Amino acid sequence: MNPLKWGTIEPFYKLAIGEDRMGQLNTIVKMIGLPLVGIFFFLLLWQAAASNINTSLGQFPGPVQTYEQFVSLQDEASAEALKEENFYQRQEDRNAIKLEKNPEAEVKIRDYTGHPTFFDQIGRSLITVMSGFILASIIAVPIGIVIGLSSNAYAAVNPLIQIFKPVSPLAWLPLVTMVVSAVYVTDDPALDKAFLNSMFTVLLCCLWPTIINTAAGVATVTQDLKNVSQVLSLSWWTHVRKIVLPCTIPMMFTGMRISLGIAWMVLIAAEMLAQNPGLGKFVWDEFQNGSSDSLGRIMVAVIVIGIVGFFLDRGMLILQKAVSWDKSTEIR
Amino acid sequence: MSEVHLELTNVGIEFPTPTGPFRALQGVDLKIDQGEFISLIGHSGCGKSTVMNIVAGLYEATEGGVLLDGKEVNEPGPERAVVFQNHSLLPWLSAYENVELAVDQVFKKTKSAAEKREWIEYNLKLVHMDHAMHKRPDEISGGMKQRVGIARALAMQPEVMLMDEPFGALDALTRAHLQDSLMEIQKELNNTVIMITHDVDEAVLLSDRIVMMTNGPAATIGEILKIDLPHPRDRLALADDPTYNHYRSEVLRFLYEKQRKVEH
Repeated sequence: MNPLKWGTIEPFYKLAIGEDRMGQLNTIVKMIGLPLVGIFFFLLLWQAAASNINTSLGQFPGPVQTYEQFVSLQDEASAEALKEENFYQRQEDRNAIKLEKNPEAEVKIRDYTGHPTFFDQIGRSLITVMSGFILASIIAVPIGIVIGLSSNAYAAVNPLIQIFKPVSPLAWLPLVTMVVSAVYVTDDPALDKAFLNSMFTVLLCCLWPTIINTAAGVATVTQDLKNVSQVLSLSWWTHVRKIVLPCTIPMMFTGMRISLGIAWMVLIAAEMLAQNPGLGKFVWDEFQNGSSDSLGRIMVAVIVIGIVGFFLDRGMLILQKAVSWDKSTEIR
Repeated sequence: MSEVHLELTNVGIEFPTPTGPFRALQGVDLKIDQGEFISLIGHSGCGKSTVMNIVAGLYEATEGGVLLDGKEVNEPGPERAVVFQNHSLLPWLSAYENVELAVDQVFKKTKSAAEKREWIEYNLKLVHMDHAMHKRPDEISGGMKQRVGIARALAMQPEVMLMDEPFGALDALTRAHLQDSLMEIQKELNNTVIMITHDVDEAVLLSDRIVMMTNGPAATIGEILKIDLPHPRDRLALADDPTYNHYRSEVLRFLYEKQRKVEH
């Protein structure tokens, strides 16, 4: 491993081995100092603005109240975890006594059904968004490749994409809800209906950027490479696999990153309306709850939503770098 | 004289343009024997590449046609391998994998995996690329890329090898190296080759016949010059050879007197 290749660590490493000290300090200030200055001024501004806004639920939360709520959410979560642990412990104790009396006795462990903590909600949201996004990508990439390869198919499909692309998730949700309740009828649902509603809404909203960008990526296959493919008489499938796909990957991932960003935004709205457990439902529940802590908790959710969205995007970037053949180009 | 291998009969082509059809080629007749090395020379825009694309099957002639061993050519295929001007290697594959793609396609059923590997390595060795066969195109020089392009075409074991200004983008020294390599390979394999070139020396040095094309539109074959110099040819020995210089001046006279390019 060459430490010089780790972007973030490089200046610290060079500083440690004493290479161009002033230059390294400069880089470090730019890399870490300036963002910190930006955040500091934002917090000041937030504090100043918050102290001037009074709502029916009390003063708008500033950074300090928001942090307090974050701590209290953590406390609740650990209290909940303790409760769950005790719940299972009690059952096991009871079962142990039962078995001691009668080794033949049937014992069972009941699942804990406590109410989900804030951190459980983050997990649920991530599961929902990833299912919707992955399903959408599985549908969108082949469509994008097909319409990218055939200008006729593109002409046929493009108007539909342009029309459906700007539709808000809130318009899809009622339709999705009705269709899911009509179509998904089982006595023992493996998947929650609210989950399906949010997932399909996410899917419908994040198909389009991937389709459009994949098709645009297919268009970057040069005539030279098409000629090579023709001279070799490659089959359609080999042509797609060996020539079109590698060429398309950068654009495809650009589309998928936009899609994932949209999916995450849409998800919060969908969860609010579909009452699917997740961050959206958390925000809505706190809003309905209307305690003096609510605004602070919603503020925590806002920041967490932002941070999770940021890491989702970074994750896509890392994935893109891993699958792209051209490691030399910088991907931002 | 052996039998005619590749035959172009009255080939012409028109391209549709917004201002009506544009006639690029007219009445191109050419018979090529097995193992012959033909150069197409002419000013840029005279339709040399169009002739080649028709033989490759990438364009369809408006009238006339191409016969390869008596069979009509109407689509591209590996038996007419092309060495493209700008190498056209797949940038995400190594030199070996680029050749492998062609070999897998052509010898899908007739060669075992081990035979294929041997055949790929043999062809890369032929163009002196065996030392860098696992490098990707962006890691090797322009001349090396073109070598891999030639190896890819050779590996298809084509009936005819079509070379579209294969050395046009290279510096003079690299070009001379590759020409020598090509002559060496030609001595060993005796392929039928059609090569487009702008370079008079290259044409005389490599060819059995030089086909000189008139200027477009409606370009056609102006003259055909037979180069009666024994193989193998040595560029240094030929530099002072009167016959060589005679051929050279013939081609120059055609290009700069008879078919002088009028700049617009």
